[in-house]
Amino acid sequence: MFNSYKANTLQYNPELCIGCEKCWTVCPHEVFAPNNGKARVINSEACMECGACQVNCPTKAIKVESGTGCAAAMMKAALKGSKDVSCG
Amino acid sequence: MPSEVAPAAEISITPAISTLSCANRWDHILARWRVNRSGHRISPGLYALGKPGADSPIFISANYTLSFDALRSSLAGIDAYILVLNTYGVNVWCAAGKGTFGTEELVERIETSELAKVVRHRSVIVPQLGAPGVAAHEVKKQSGFSVEYGPVRAADLPEYLKTHKATPEMRRVRFGLLDRLVLTPVELVGYLLYILIAAAVLYFWGGLSAGLMVILAIAGGAVLFPILLPWLPTRDFSTKGFFLGGVLTLAVVLMNVLWLEADASPWHKVLGGVSYMLIWPAVVAFIALNFTGSTTFTSRSGVRREIYSYVRIMAISFIAGILLNIVVIFIK
Repeated sequence: MFNSYKANTLQYNPELCIGCEKCWTVCPHEVFAPNNGKARVINSEACMECGACQVNCPTKAIKVESGTGCAAAMMKAALKGSKDVSCG
Repeated sequence: MPSEVAPAAEISITPAISTLSCANRWDHILARWRVNRSGHRISPGLYALGKPGADSPIFISANYTLSFDALRSSLAGIDAYILVLNTYGVNVWCAAGKGTFGTEELVERIETSELAKVVRHRSVIVPQLGAPGVAAHEVKKQSGFSVEYGPVRAADLPEYLKTHKATPEMRRVRFGLLDRLVLTPVELVGYLLYILIAAAVLYFWGGLSAGLMVILAIAGGAVLFPILLPWLPTRDFSTKGFFLGGVLTLAVVLMNVLWLEADASPWHKVLGGVSYMLIWPAVVAFIALNFTGSTTFTSRSGVRREIYSYVRIMAISFIAGILLNIVVIFIK
């Protein structure tokens, strides 16, 4: 109840992981942990969809619909019918 | 150490110092109070801090004064180059989200500032929060420079530079009381115009308590909410806001019933109280929901879900409250 943040769009395919540990390095919320040459998702719920891991994964093992979690910007964009979600 | 690869004369390097002047600090205060919001810029390009040489580290920053100043003031006593990207006066993290602090701009700046002639090594230190815009492997492929992700906070750089390894603590973004507190002036100034107009209108409409209520609700949402964020019940910002707004409104309703309007009829008291409880918690909840963009942890999926779940309820509650309040005026 009253938790809209349980699910997000983070998807990780361990088969493509080469163990470079970049995802673990760039994540500001410790979603990933290095684990014997393959990354492991240890806290999926903490993901804020910033996209740093996806952008820095050299083998495209990580997919996330990144974007800014800002209600003001999202509602403004929706009202204007624009796709540009950003600060004023 | 004197450099062995002397920078060619045509490469423009601006000298910089690690100490902040009074003018710098005043600029920071203005930025925190939202004065000239996108005007806190420095020129993009290459800067020399201290007396850097061919083996000195290169730090990447944004052309926002708060970002650049946080970096250079953390590097006291360290000789280094700072390469400032053009992020149009936006901080590193937000600019990385937009892509202006990104692979393309970084590769281009490395080329135009002729970094390969300035230093002997082939590595740049990018702040960790720049990672959403920078693909390290692409930068390496396109420029020859490898990207090393430094810590989240510039203040951790001296410790980081000893080993070039960040501890898990350095890699985590925080959102402590102080981090939240410094955001409140920006929030407040953003709503200031609405507060003044609404307070003036409501003063004439509903008297002292109505004027007070609008100030309490908006200031509560813009200042109290960020401060109390972790301690308010539930996870969603909207429900946290409804809770805080409910408490604040209840206080004003009690004050009305027991004191300011103690002589009014029971119907006037009850319906007046209900109308307040419909209007003001919804206003605080809406302001609270809008604070998501200022935090360091809300995902777009979650915020979208919040908007779908609560904005309609806020609107219905607000409008119902206004209508009821109009009715209450006629019940003495």
